[in-house]
Amino acid sequence: MAPAKKRNVSSGKATERKAKTAKTDINCIVERVLESRKHANDVFDILEFLQSEKEKDVVSAVGACSKLFCTLLERKELFIGKLPGEEEALSRGFSAEEKYRIFMRHRYNSCVEMLLEHLSHELHDIKESALCCLIKFAAAEGQNPLEDLDWSEHYSFPREMIQAVVDKLLSKSTNNSLLISRFQEFLEMEDLRYYVMSSIRDNVAKVMEKNKGAVEPIYQNNAFTLISSISMPSQESELTNFLVKQEAKHEDWKAANLNEHKRAFERMWLGFLKYKLPNSMYKKVLVILHDSILPYMSKPTLMIDFLTAAYEVGGAISLLALNGLFVLIHQHNLDYPDFYKKLYNLLEPSVFHVKYRARFFHLANLFLSSSHLPVYLVSAFAKRLARLALTAPPTALLIVLPFIYNLIRRHPSCRVLIHKPSSEGEPLEDPYLMDEEDPAQCRALESSLWEIKALQKHYHPDVAKAAMLINTPLSEQEEDISEVLEITAHEMMERDLKQSQIKSIPLEFETATQLLKGGGNVLGQHFCLV
Amino acid sequence: MGKAPKKKSVSDKVRKTKTSTVIKNNPFEVKINRKKFDILGRKTKHDVGLPGVSRSKAINKRKETLLKEYKQKNKSNKFIDRRFGEYDTKMAPEDKILQRFAMERQHGHDKKDVYNLNEEEELTHYGQSLAEMEKFNDIAHSDDESEDKGLLSAELTASHFGGGGGLLRKKTSGDQQQDEDGSQRAKSRQELIEELIHKSKQEKRERQVQKEEAQELTEKLDQEWKNIQALMVKKMPKAECAEVQPDKPKLDAYDMMVRELGFEMKAQPSEKMKTPEELAKEEREKLQKLEADRLRRMMGEEGEQSAQSQIHMSADDLNDGFILDKHDKMTLSYQDGKWNIEEESEEDKDEDENEEESGDEQESDAEEEDAEEEEDGEEDREEEEGSSEEEEEEEEEEDGHSDLDSEQESENEEDEEAGAKPKKSLTKEELKAQQEAAKAELPYTFAVPESYSDLKVLLHGHTPDNQRLIVARTQKSNHPSLAVGNKLKLQKLFEFLLEYVGELATRSPPELITIDKLIPELYALCQMFPAAACQVMQRIFGDAGHSVEEVLEVKGHAAFPTLDMLVYLKVTSLLFPTSDFRHPVTTPALLYISQTLTKCPVRSLQDLTAGLFLCCVAVEYISFSKRFLPELINFLAGTLHLAVRDKASLGYTVVPPFRPSGKQSDLLVLSASESCKTWSKKNLPLSSTQHLELKLDLDRDEHRLTCLSTCLDLVKRCCLLYQDLPSFTHIFQPIRTLLSKHLSTQTLPQLLQELHSEILEILSRAPVTHSPLVFEKKKPIPLKLLTPKIVEVLDYGKKRGSSREEREKERLKHKYKKEFKGALREIRKDSRFLAREKLNEVMNRDAERKRKVKELLGSLGTQEGEWKALKRRKKK
Repeated sequence: MAPAKKRNVSSGKATERKAKTAKTDINCIVERVLESRKHANDVFDILEFLQSEKEKDVVSAVGACSKLFCTLLERKELFIGKLPGEEEALSRGFSAEEKYRIFMRHRYNSCVEMLLEHLSHELHDIKESALCCLIKFAAAEGQNPLEDLDWSEHYSFPREMIQAVVDKLLSKSTNNSLLISRFQEFLEMEDLRYYVMSSIRDNVAKVMEKNKGAVEPIYQNNAFTLISSISMPSQESELTNFLVKQEAKHEDWKAANLNEHKRAFERMWLGFLKYKLPNSMYKKVLVILHDSILPYMSKPTLMIDFLTAAYEVGGAISLLALNGLFVLIHQHNLDYPDFYKKLYNLLEPSVFHVKYRARFFHLANLFLSSSHLPVYLVSAFAKRLARLALTAPPTALLIVLPFIYNLIRRHPSCRVLIHKPSSEGEPLEDPYLMDEEDPAQCRALESSLWEIKALQKHYHPDVAKAAMLINTPLSEQEEDISEVLEITAHEMMERDLKQSQIKSIPLEFETATQLLKGGGNVLGQHFCLV
Repeated sequence: MGKAPKKKSVSDKVRKTKTSTVIKNNPFEVKINRKKFDILGRKTKHDVGLPGVSRSKAINKRKETLLKEYKQKNKSNKFIDRRFGEYDTKMAPEDKILQRFAMERQHGHDKKDVYNLNEEEELTHYGQSLAEMEKFNDIAHSDDESEDKGLLSAELTASHFGGGGGLLRKKTSGDQQQDEDGSQRAKSRQELIEELIHKSKQEKRERQVQKEEAQELTEKLDQEWKNIQALMVKKMPKAECAEVQPDKPKLDAYDMMVRELGFEMKAQPSEKMKTPEELAKEEREKLQKLEADRLRRMMGEEGEQSAQSQIHMSADDLNDGFILDKHDKMTLSYQDGKWNIEEESEEDKDEDENEEESGDEQESDAEEEDAEEEEDGEEDREEEEGSSEEEEEEEEEEDGHSDLDSEQESENEEDEEAGAKPKKSLTKEELKAQQEAAKAELPYTFAVPESYSDLKVLLHGHTPDNQRLIVARTQKSNHPSLAVGNKLKLQKLFEFLLEYVGELATRSPPELITIDKLIPELYALCQMFPAAACQVMQRIFGDAGHSVEEVLEVKGHAAFPTLDMLVYLKVTSLLFPTSDFRHPVTTPALLYISQTLTKCPVRSLQDLTAGLFLCCVAVEYISFSKRFLPELINFLAGTLHLAVRDKASLGYTVVPPFRPSGKQSDLLVLSASESCKTWSKKNLPLSSTQHLELKLDLDRDEHRLTCLSTCLDLVKRCCLLYQDLPSFTHIFQPIRTLLSKHLSTQTLPQLLQELHSEILEILSRAPVTHSPLVFEKKKPIPLKLLTPKIVEVLDYGKKRGSSREEREKERLKHKYKKEFKGALREIRKDSRFLAREKLNEVMNRDAERKRKVKELLGSLGTQEGEWKALKRRKKK
């Protein structure tokens, strides 16, 4: 048997056959190859198809490959152990049987290589079928390991192949999110997930080191998509779905241990977060941090550095970091110096306009619900919120007014903010210092909430009514702000629209004559029709 | 009260049965219950009683019942009468006997006569032989005839007295009959009665015969009459009637007169001709009332309440529209100075105008009179049209009062109006000939378009003026009072018209002049159908708000609204009051403005122009109520921020959607400072909110300056509006820093410099000190007053303050108690009676025994005596 010679012949044949490409042909070839070793050289035809230009051919070839090599793996007809080079195999004295195996192993390796190439193909269908095929190979290889080791001491898992797949998935140039979402299905399998996590870590470390920590949006996006699609089990007993079953010592296997999973998960995330992230990615990470990362880490406190750094950034990122910090403070005894001072400084006009408003106020409510806070701090918060309320949209006002009232209710000594009878009659300038960063120095307690008084003239009736509450002593019962946290302008509008079952609708009595006239003629002064 | 109710059950019976007068009059029998007080209006039943009589009755009754039972006690055998119906008190004795007889016969028949064929069986019915019954004929139903008799006599009486309606007649006859009966009874002599009955029966029969005859005759006459009716003259029936019914009195001429007078229309008091002064006064009062209403609604809650109280009609309301309204006065005084001035100026204007108009408005006055008379309910098509036009004219006049600027305009419209109406065109000569020619082509009536596309077809190809005319005519010729479906159609028309306006605004270039012309029509339609207009507007804003929300969710920011939404916002402020505390349309509209001002980032000059348009509209919305609109201030500050050249050190924070620095943050910075010199203030065209074609830097700079001047003017207006807010200085803090530190006045044109300094002056003038907040003083809770509460009682002796069920329950409880006591008493009496009886028995038995013992002893004694005597005799 001279494989080199034969290959030439067969490749010639393949070019001839190219004219009549049909799926059945490939299947026939596969069957022939499997039938007898005589037709072993037809493998080249299949590999030829695998490199074809046509999508259909490639997909069917991928299917054929998976069928062929999986069966061969099962039959153990691939060479096991350290693979000698093809030339070497010819020269050294191997039996015919062994030569056949070495030959097939080589074909297998080249097939895997091609499939990996295909993972960065342009067409999604090809990518997907290649991915599926590779996973099948991985499963088959796991069952029938190709390495010559003492399997009673080692765990068989095709780590190299998984590493290669992950490397391909985390491409630097193309957005692989579709493929990754397909890959997510396989991540249900515990051992695969475990090894994928460690490969991601290696890959990220490798790539980012090479990059010297600079931002790589596409790569990082791919990595984030892959990482965030990993869903961790919460109990050890849930670890049941494995790609490769280990016969011996299953219990001691790392991939079967939840703590090991957690450790791998933690290492992966920390590895990912170690490097500088683009702003939008930062936000995305912070959004999912508290409920899909922190609970699955073996040592959540390792996140402290990341979170404090995020909290220092300011703006929306700080707001988002609050949630993770809260979990750490609440459940892991994190002591954060000057936490309230920083929280106080987070209060800016933009707080009322950002998307994460509801989340922020929910947390702020939690932080300020402690009854052990000093009065100066609570009053500073109340006064600052009131001042900011002067620029807030009505949806935010419906949150912030009850919020301030709740603060005053929880800390009755703050009542002086809305009721200061002793110095009645002597008008004074607002002593509150808006620019002071330290809540202890801002003199909020000496001030009054005139801002709320101003809001009593707000155009929206609900807001005006809410602001009216400070005219009389507040009721004992705290208001529940959770209902209004998520309210949108349109929902407020709907409320007004639904209420409209009033019998008589008041009408304007001044007759309208022209479009731009009326109402003080503001429009007419600045605009004209043409 | 004492004993009276106690003996009720027995004593009542006693009273019912006649106690002989002897007993009644016997002073020893009569017991008088002494009354402590004489109470007026209380009827006493039991002031006099006959205790002896009632006691004996009670004892007798017990003897009959209780005693018998007692005697029967412990006796096991008993006599029971099992004869049929023996204890059935409802059955008559004869029936009983018959029944028994029948049963007897049946019994015998069943047992013995089964095989007895020859026995003659007599068929019976209720025990009577049918054969015998057959012999009798039907007895005359005397009962039925009595009614007929009544009728007949009624007719007679009617003829005697000749008055009253049929019903009355019947009644009187019935009464008479009863009276007769009464008199017969009074005589109470058997013979006499029988005689009378006999007589009346005879009479009755005679009368019946007579009546039947009369009826036959009338029927016959009727038929004949029908035959010749056609030939007869109108007068005939009366004569006929007189002949046929001689009983009926002839209709008197006097009666007829009375009737006629009764039915005649009473002259309605006509309304006085109003002098122009009076008319003006009315007009002013109307406006004042509306203004007061608006203020009340603006105050929110209290306003609503007072509005409700206005609807409520008190019992003392004279229904003359006079309302003692304190709120009105309060708001007037609240507004001090300003309000009064406005009012006066309006007054002046009115008077002026009336003087002007009084000359040529003679005939129109007369027409107004007409219109008012028509309101009394006559619905003539043409006149109605006239009146509606009149109304419109009135409206236009009113408009003239409210703002003089548009007087010119309204006069023009009046002219057009006149052109539309041929009647008027004759009277008014100042019509332009060409206008007439142009309008001669337009038909005068239009069908209401059924769909939006119909409306478009209808209006397509006409000039703006003509489009307006078409809509106006459509509206008039389909006034809701003219046909049933018109109301619905016109409501639809409003919707279509609004849609049309929107479409006109979205065309490029937008046909804003047409929109402008259509505004009065929209207004008129809205006045007619507020609810429908409200719904349409609400839908527009709801949809717009929803779409903004959706875009926001996807993209995070939204684009500025297109021109149609801007126009809708403005139209809303024209149609609905914007100063209300809560209004179903304007509140959502304001929310929409706020939504767009906070969520739409400014990316180009046209965005900014649209934003400024929104700000203008917003200022108009709040100009009257002076409500605080934070988004407006934010936007204006942001706009000023766009004009700042150096953004390095800011002393203020910019609120989203603006950013402190970025791509579009230099939008208003002038490219060349020379452009200031050539710039002059021009009004921005509405179309510039959609697209701007400014090629040259100079043009762009001019546009920038115009925007800036608009912005500054708006800031000035806002400053004036919000002056009184407690945190005025803090609200305008960013703007103040912007103006004083970042926008240098040197580089700006004169006009802007003036505005700049004015604003700063207003800002510096504002008070910085405020008195600290305190709660509103609660009204002290008054002490409880100890004066007795006097309740006027009108129905004495009745329990008040409870529902009917409660009273009923109370009554039943009382009754139960009474009955329970009564029963106890009876039982006690029964046992006493029994004890007495037992004692009697024992006594009787003892007496008997004593007697017998005595007898025995006596006989023994005599025996002894005899024996002794015999012995003595022997001795002797």
